[in-house]
Amino acid sequence: MKDMMPSFNLVQPIDVKSAINLLTEAGAGGWAIAGGQDSFDWFKDRIKRPHTVVDLSGIDSIKGIRETDDGGIEIGALTTLTDVEQNPIIKEKYGLLSTASGRVASPQIRNKGTLGGNVSQDARCWYYRSGLDCYRAGGNTCYADTPEGMNREHCLFGASRCVAVTPSDTAVALTTLEANMVIVGPNGERIVPASEYFIGPAIDIERMTVLEPGDVLIAIRIPAKWSGAKFYFEKVADRATWDFPLVNIASAMKVSEGIIEDISITCGAVECVPKRLTVVQDIVRGSAANEETASLAAGAASRGASALNYNHFKIPLMENLVKRAIRG
Amino acid sequence: MAYKLIGKDFTPQDVRPKVTGAGKYTEDFKVDGMVYMKMLLCPMPSANVTSFDATDALDMPGVFGVLTADEVPQVEEPGFPMLTNKPRQLGMPIAAIAAETESIAAEALEKIKVTFDPQPFVLDPLESLYPGGTNALDGGNVTGGNIQGKEGVGGNKIHDFKWTARDFAIAGDEKMPMGEAPVEWAVGDVEAAFAEAALIIDEPFVTASSSHAALEPRSVLSYWENGKCFIHGSSQSQSWMMPGLARMMNISLEDIVYVAEYCGGGFGSKASPYPVQGMTAYMSKKIGRPVMLRVTRAEEYHFGGQRPGFQGQVKMGFDKQGKMTACDLYIVQSGGPNRGSGDYSSAAGAVALVYTPTNMRFRGAAVVTNKPWHVSQRGPGQNQIACVIEPLLDKAAKELGIDRIAIRNLNAPEADVKFTNRNSTVTSMFLKDAFSLGADLFKWEEKKKMSGQRNGSKVIGVGVGTAYHSAGSNGFDGLLSIRPDGKLYVHSGVGNLGTYSYAGTSRAAAEVLQCSWDNTVVLRGDSRQGLPWTLAQFGSNSSYTNTRTNFVAATKMKKMLQRLAAQELGDAPEDYDVANESVFHTSDETKIMTFAEAASKAIELGGEWDGHEYPDDLNDVTKSAMKKVVGAGLVSAAKDKIPKEGSVPGMATGYCMIELDTETGKFEILEYHSVADCGTVLHPKGLEQQLRGGAVMGIGEAVLDRVIYDPQNGLCATVGLDQTKPPSILDVPSNMEMSAVDKPDLSNPLGVKGIGEPAMGCAAAALLCAISDATGIYFNRTPVDPDMIINALSGRPQSFKPLQVNT
Repeated sequence: MKDMMPSFNLVQPIDVKSAINLLTEAGAGGWAIAGGQDSFDWFKDRIKRPHTVVDLSGIDSIKGIRETDDGGIEIGALTTLTDVEQNPIIKEKYGLLSTASGRVASPQIRNKGTLGGNVSQDARCWYYRSGLDCYRAGGNTCYADTPEGMNREHCLFGASRCVAVTPSDTAVALTTLEANMVIVGPNGERIVPASEYFIGPAIDIERMTVLEPGDVLIAIRIPAKWSGAKFYFEKVADRATWDFPLVNIASAMKVSEGIIEDISITCGAVECVPKRLTVVQDIVRGSAANEETASLAAGAASRGASALNYNHFKIPLMENLVKRAIRG
Repeated sequence: MAYKLIGKDFTPQDVRPKVTGAGKYTEDFKVDGMVYMKMLLCPMPSANVTSFDATDALDMPGVFGVLTADEVPQVEEPGFPMLTNKPRQLGMPIAAIAAETESIAAEALEKIKVTFDPQPFVLDPLESLYPGGTNALDGGNVTGGNIQGKEGVGGNKIHDFKWTARDFAIAGDEKMPMGEAPVEWAVGDVEAAFAEAALIIDEPFVTASSSHAALEPRSVLSYWENGKCFIHGSSQSQSWMMPGLARMMNISLEDIVYVAEYCGGGFGSKASPYPVQGMTAYMSKKIGRPVMLRVTRAEEYHFGGQRPGFQGQVKMGFDKQGKMTACDLYIVQSGGPNRGSGDYSSAAGAVALVYTPTNMRFRGAAVVTNKPWHVSQRGPGQNQIACVIEPLLDKAAKELGIDRIAIRNLNAPEADVKFTNRNSTVTSMFLKDAFSLGADLFKWEEKKKMSGQRNGSKVIGVGVGTAYHSAGSNGFDGLLSIRPDGKLYVHSGVGNLGTYSYAGTSRAAAEVLQCSWDNTVVLRGDSRQGLPWTLAQFGSNSSYTNTRTNFVAATKMKKMLQRLAAQELGDAPEDYDVANESVFHTSDETKIMTFAEAASKAIELGGEWDGHEYPDDLNDVTKSAMKKVVGAGLVSAAKDKIPKEGSVPGMATGYCMIELDTETGKFEILEYHSVADCGTVLHPKGLEQQLRGGAVMGIGEAVLDRVIYDPQNGLCATVGLDQTKPPSILDVPSNMEMSAVDKPDLSNPLGVKGIGEPAMGCAAAALLCAISDATGIYFNRTPVDPDMIINALSGRPQSFKPLQVNT
């Protein structure tokens, strides 16, 4: 951390349209900033050096939480993680997201950091963040996936030249809740399901999301489908606060008379994208929410995992978290 | 003994400014014309600078100058250079730029054209000891020790030292190779004792390096006025800094002004003068302007110090009762590319004292690597080895069917202990009292029964830990003045690490003179105040060392007051006593002289009374201070010549109960209690914060603090607080109980001894023991991370070999 940002032009639009125009105009040298909790690290390290930074924090229309006509909710992308955590509607209907938001980083970071920023943050691989010329940085090597790479935090699944993982706690919750991401870009608005919003290195190694230059994530819509379901969120990290997950899990279950009628479950920090555990869903749907079902599902969850030098602990950890989510 | 001030709580003068923000740390100072400096650091673990061109940088508006290695004094290996063209670690400073703003300086740095010729590097000491292994420095790979038959080996020099391939082959991956040792000593016959032992524990171990991670990354402000070099620094020490800074700048002691009023922690890394202080002063001298350097967090991780890590093997033999009859300890200490600390030897001393093995052999090697500057950190050596030995002691207790406190008690020293090959002694010893009190307060017997209790996936673990540090020194100077304002001025050269011991020890003078604390002024933090010579604020020594210096100066002051009163008012000095800011006749109340009157009289008399004359045995720093104090009032300066034989043992015990989740490897510390043997309690709240703060740091050492290096390119993964992961407030118990035996060490006139360092080691050890108690697994490594616990409990191998480092 060089702790000294290079100079840039700072523009502070007050509406989405202006923001899009400014970002489009800036092209490759543009950068959208929300809470700044990811951006400032890059800037202070003098690694990412945009010439124009578009500060979205003055756009009031993309802040706040409201109920939608279909019984779900819409959360402005610029809503802080603290507001998401503490919102009574989210707490009541989508406690999973409230819990996940409350486990992000530290209180100070949650007070500044936004939900949109949390789901759109860049990879946290330490090699990449060191400014090395890895694949994700446009180079032609991966420093983490080598015989001696220090990769305790890296992926079990979906390696494709890059082995970084999704670091977000809210991303797994939103994927589980089958949220839709509202994106506005130069060509207008489009809505992308959370499960498609996050992209792995095989699709584009230099991005973590579908956001293209000039795009702004303006809102996250959560459908009513999982409202009031039985939720489980757990994050295992080295520290109890101010830490990224070693593995996290988010599940929503509809249980009737002890039988799992429906389930949505996602695991984080094991792949570049939140890993939807569809196999687990298939196994447990219609089964009793008990230890036996949980064990069966846990074993299936890690099938196909390919451990690196230092991260095979994630396999039993992931299995245990799946087990805990299902047995409740 | 009933004291008026000792053992009582008070509010040190720096508390309120810290809370309100009024306290000025180095970077809070601003001086007219001040410019900012930033450094060009080596981007690789070892290199030679082959070309350097700062023309474009110097052409930038707002840039005032560049400083290179050629312009500052160079040090011989294994010294740590100020600036160098042969950087031997990642982040070692190559050059510095001064500019109007830090922003301009940062931009200018990028315009310097520099080329590096990468050199071979080594991060693992064992790799360096292998035949043909890389040496971190041109001159070799091992410091310290003395190997017979090898000319020039020994002392602080660096030398080339390798084990044989056979040494490594015999050991394999599971055991420490143990070749010839540069350092070796023995007491008794360990082999014979092992042959008769009822139980032998023989294990390899690793304790990882850890960063000091002080809250305040160091800053330096330097400027020159009338030939004097002013340095404002973030440092643990005050007077201790002066001679080193004078040498660094090649000027006389009289020409150094050192200001260090506040320090945001150091833990050993800011104990003595450090190279960036000199660098800043040389830049200031070169460009003729005040220069401010604010070291960044990442830079602090690169050259702010790391605790030396250990790789080792320990073999312990016990009789049936649990007495440790033999200990064979081999430690390879990991250092940076500089002269390391004596952690490994201190570790051996701690084992010899805390467990009193009847027979003991120690072997050790201090190996330099291309990792950062390694320097003593809180409990250097003693705390690492507590993390190693304490869980293994539990293993022995378990196998022998002995209670875990009982085995510690059985092996604990008495006051007449003699330890190591030097037959070292101690000034006092109440460790057994600490165990007894700790067992009662923690309710050990009750808690022990909870050990192993299951609640779903969670299991209870209970642990006890012990740590020691030699916590006191002697032979330094005390300096007091009583001034015409009627107040007692205690001149403290101690420094302000943040422990408040500068204030607690000053109360010793007020106690002797029966002066109210309200009328006692502590002068500190700026050498212009006239501050006496004393030891650095490290090694938990301040409480012991400086109660002595203030005691001797106050005792002398009292005699001066008595003599002065007798001289001015009649009768003999013995007819007078001192209290309530006056010297008074004990049987004639008309004969009284206030402190104010005594001070004025002293100024009038001059000579021995107002500091014009002083003992010749004072240190040069104190003599320099006398020139600033002379004529201020009645002045007393004295060297501490109170007898002291042996080590001053600060002993601490910790008791811990955790609930560990076997499915996640995470745990909650349900209870923590610490009981100290620190002599007479000097300052209860100060003690409490040392034990509590030490516990937090110990928890970090045991299970969190990470230092990760990539062996392929020598880069460091841990250069931010989010990466090194010191404990957060949620990782430590909200309520920690603290107690003390409170029995005096009779070698200190007030019974006081230090405790800061073992406060950490006992907590780390207790937590590791609790983890082993909960899991049944002895990890032989710190830190014990969740991944290690998960792997072990799920029957998987660990991701690293037993002696692998930097993981």
